[in-house]
Amino acid sequence: MGREITIKVLKYNPTDSQSTPTFVEYTLEETPGMTLYIALTKIKSSIDHDLTSDFVCRAGICGACGMLVNGKPQLACRTLTSDFEGGKIELLPLPTFKLIKDLSVDTGAWMEKMSLRVHSWIEKHEETDLAKLEKRVEPAVADEVFELDRCIECGICVASCSTAIMREDFVGAVGLNRVARFSIDPHDTRTDEDFYELIGDDDGIFGCMSLMACEDHCPKNLSLQSKIAYMRRKLVMS
Amino acid sequence: MSQKGTIESLTGKNSQKKKSRIPAKMDFLQSATGAILALFITFHLLFESSILLGKESMYHLTKFFEGEFLIEGGSPLFIVFLALGISVVFILHALLAMRKFPSSYREYQRFRTHAKLMGHQDTNLWFIQISSGFMLFFLGSIHLFTMMTQAQNIGPFASSDRIYSDMAWPMYLMLLVSVVLHAGVGVYRLIVKWGWFDGSDPRASRRRHQKIIKGAVLFYLLIGLFSLATYIKIGYEHQADYGERYHLKGEVTHAD
Repeated sequence: MGREITIKVLKYNPTDSQSTPTFVEYTLEETPGMTLYIALTKIKSSIDHDLTSDFVCRAGICGACGMLVNGKPQLACRTLTSDFEGGKIELLPLPTFKLIKDLSVDTGAWMEKMSLRVHSWIEKHEETDLAKLEKRVEPAVADEVFELDRCIECGICVASCSTAIMREDFVGAVGLNRVARFSIDPHDTRTDEDFYELIGDDDGIFGCMSLMACEDHCPKNLSLQSKIAYMRRKLVMS
Repeated sequence: MSQKGTIESLTGKNSQKKKSRIPAKMDFLQSATGAILALFITFHLLFESSILLGKESMYHLTKFFEGEFLIEGGSPLFIVFLALGISVVFILHALLAMRKFPSSYREYQRFRTHAKLMGHQDTNLWFIQISSGFMLFFLGSIHLFTMMTQAQNIGPFASSDRIYSDMAWPMYLMLLVSVVLHAGVGVYRLIVKWGWFDGSDPRASRRRHQKIIKGAVLFYLLIGLFSLATYIKIGYEHQADYGERYHLKGEVTHAD
């Protein structure tokens, strides 16, 4: 028989005028290898059918299950309940994103706005000739681009960031990482001046205060600090 | 109001549809002024702690900064101009750094709650940075103004009299803690912000930088506190002769 764990969740439905923000505690038995995803599924199926949280892949790939776990932004599917010695876990929705209900937030709308802002796609100054083979890319450069492409846009870097917490228009580490990714990619012919037009302001690269919570909480262990510093050095001189 | 300014404020771009370069310049200047002040304070604290080596050492150093090697007897004007130059950098740095402060109760509340919930070291360090920075608006200004207006009152006895008999020690104690913490966290932030000394493993480099900065902060706090205690001791012993200047043994014409 496993130990008893207590999961406290902030429940609130902003679209329901009768709903008030309330902390609700659930007590359940811990099973071997239990993740927060499993625990929440158990609560939803057997204790509280009304509890809302997001999940898709259960494997740290989709980035849908981000939440504050005892204050720290984490993916629920990659967080073991056994990591919490006292067996007490408090769950809050990710800040900075629009709250849908309980632990469910709308990261999609935020990410879409960010993508449109930083033009998160390959841009070329010349027209692509589809009859020609694509320009070769050095394997080391391709690896560097693929490394930054590992970002799953879970929003944990944004929810960890004090600038994003205070200033809602801040593009966040995820946005700056996207720009770094395209600035490295040789298929993209945009210049530093072009990138400056996208993020050269206090809501962009110059808003970052280098507090490092983005990198320290990133579930994909991306080296966000060095990429943000790289973009800052490039754009401050552009 | 210039047309250029009007266009930019209403559209966010200039008439060539380009973004302003001012944010880039401000970001760079904030770091550059911070680096200058950190470098200054690094040496300033070392020099003022020369009192730990004895009154004579502090006297000689004071005379060196008063330009004794250029003018016989030196002149406090050198200190006045140094204090004036540092004041300009100090005010510019404060002006630029203020942009990052929480600017409303809602921003402050969101930041503090989030930081407390998250318990993240670097985020908490930033709170120390803005709190000590806020203290420095006042404490740094008092000190710089004193140095500009009473530059002649620097020396083993004159400084000690100011610190003990003029009751400046509480101000200097708060100034020391604020400035060392602010400069320490600031230098660490500069290294991270610009990716200096990242090496092949930026995470390991960052841990190394944290240790070095912690050691430096501790070192400067210790020498600062010991120096302040020494000035207080000298001031206490010298209170009956308040105002009397220090003289080198056998020296009758040169006063500090």
